[in-house]
Amino acid sequence: MTNLTHLTIEQALKGLEKKDFTAVELTQAHIDAMEKFRSLNAYIVETPEIALKQAAESDKRRAGGKAGLIDGIPLGIKDLFCTQGVQTTAASKILEGFKPEYESTVTSNLFRDGAVMLGKTNLDEFAMGSSNTTSAFGNVINPWKRKNDNTDLVPGGSSGGSSAAVAARICMGATGTDTGGSIRQPAAFCGIAGIKPTYGRCSRWGVVAFASSLDQAGPFARTVKDNALLLRSMAGYDPKDSTSADRPVPDYAAAMTGNIKGLKIGVPKEYRVEGMPAEIEKMWQQGIDWLKSAGAEIVDVSLPHTKYALPVYYIIAPAEASSNLARYDGVRYGKRVTGENLKDMYQKTRAQGFGEEVRRRILVGTYVLSAGYYDAYYIKAQRVRRLIYNDFMSAFEKCDVLLTPTAPSAAFAIGENEDDPVKMYLNDVFTVTGNLAGLPGLALPAGLDSQGLPLGLQLLGRPWGEETLFNVAGVIEKAANFTALPASVQKAA
Amino acid sequence: MSIDKNTVRKVASLARLEIDEAGLEKMTPKLNGILQWIEQLQALNTDNVEPLANVANIELKLRADALTDGNCADKVLANAPETTAGYFVVPKVVE
Repeated sequence: MTNLTHLTIEQALKGLEKKDFTAVELTQAHIDAMEKFRSLNAYIVETPEIALKQAAESDKRRAGGKAGLIDGIPLGIKDLFCTQGVQTTAASKILEGFKPEYESTVTSNLFRDGAVMLGKTNLDEFAMGSSNTTSAFGNVINPWKRKNDNTDLVPGGSSGGSSAAVAARICMGATGTDTGGSIRQPAAFCGIAGIKPTYGRCSRWGVVAFASSLDQAGPFARTVKDNALLLRSMAGYDPKDSTSADRPVPDYAAAMTGNIKGLKIGVPKEYRVEGMPAEIEKMWQQGIDWLKSAGAEIVDVSLPHTKYALPVYYIIAPAEASSNLARYDGVRYGKRVTGENLKDMYQKTRAQGFGEEVRRRILVGTYVLSAGYYDAYYIKAQRVRRLIYNDFMSAFEKCDVLLTPTAPSAAFAIGENEDDPVKMYLNDVFTVTGNLAGLPGLALPAGLDSQGLPLGLQLLGRPWGEETLFNVAGVIEKAANFTALPASVQKAA
Repeated sequence: MSIDKNTVRKVASLARLEIDEAGLEKMTPKLNGILQWIEQLQALNTDNVEPLANVANIELKLRADALTDGNCADKVLANAPETTAGYFVVPKVVE
């Protein structure tokens, strides 16, 4: 039974259907495994009672022939999604104890289809970070370690709890959100797959807001097809989110035909950044070769404004964050620190409730939006954002999909890159462009580096081009045959 | 462009974030590092480029002008640090 946690979602659904095991057994196996891996700190709150109740209901539904698309599948839910009656913190002290009276649309959709919630996964505070070291509830530890080296590594961020939990087999899949790379970079660091869909594909309603014009929810899982199953459930029109798209949700798994003959794969030359490790360069070339031998055509493309993407992001994201986070004032929910008067109460509550990185970004955002600087910074950044968007639209006249590395390095040690915020921000150099242009981006593991750590490849598609991404990713997945496991996560004999 | 401690103090006040001298000492150089880095955008000519505020390309829908929600004061107040008689309570603002 131990190996139940090693199944893919696709396999588990078949097993449930064939009555090889029940949803309760599948869920219990994960609850047991969660206990064993508690040292990873992947969950902020575990919800075993809810999970077992949902699993029992799932078994009943299946027995009655009424099973949903992902009925009985145990998932981790990033603690940025509001879950009714279950503490939702965004990994911030300012929301400690907050129990939403409502359910986010994405989690509602998952529960509608039968998902089981194992708990709320850890993240960088308000999803601001690339290493999961800014959480008020402690660092998440990557289940992967370097060969012969016991140093704790970061799982990536911001959805680091989700990616670590999926990699450690303490959930079959998880939700994430991606504002600058927060699904794709942690997926790469943990050797799993994840997709940030097109902006507007998943409803943002009930997701704690960071930067509203960039935030998008998406799934993590260990295979491309499992991601396809989860995204189908998560996505869809929601009248409660004015930027949610009213268009049908395709059967993404059905798009994975494996046939990519004649498909044009763009390779953007600007993504060959200075100082990129040779192993990542090699992995990228390997990806190109795999797709070529599967019959795709490789096209060199140029995205000339790539180098401006991170500075644009670090104006727009903090600006939107400073506005979104203005709501945390100690009045309606969350933490309150008493003060001499109302302003003093606001200032003390926010200074003590927010961590350092969040305060830094609020200050940057407030500054670039302040009188006299608004045009020079914020409007300027929005103009460059359009140039970046136009780059992609020109590239997609020549190709169908772009292939790039996911991150400029493998997972690094906890504490590395912390002295200099800009150095940490460079983690998102390949992913942030997809958020600025609103494009779908899928990350999947492609191999291990010489230290035994996973490296990922990223596919970027046209708006609403998720089906093509899943299809191409399926081809890479088959060629890469990534079966490596973290040393601590071996299957029972 | 670089900012000094006084500007950081002013911005912190606008953002309603209490910050002391030690905090200013620590925060100012880090903010300057970020601001100098984003300064590189100024080198790019963006005359005649329309700002892009949102990529969604979605036409906003109108909903029926009807009551769809409400009558849930208890839920609205459920997470408040302090309430009384169906209201949020804050420190006195009018003498």
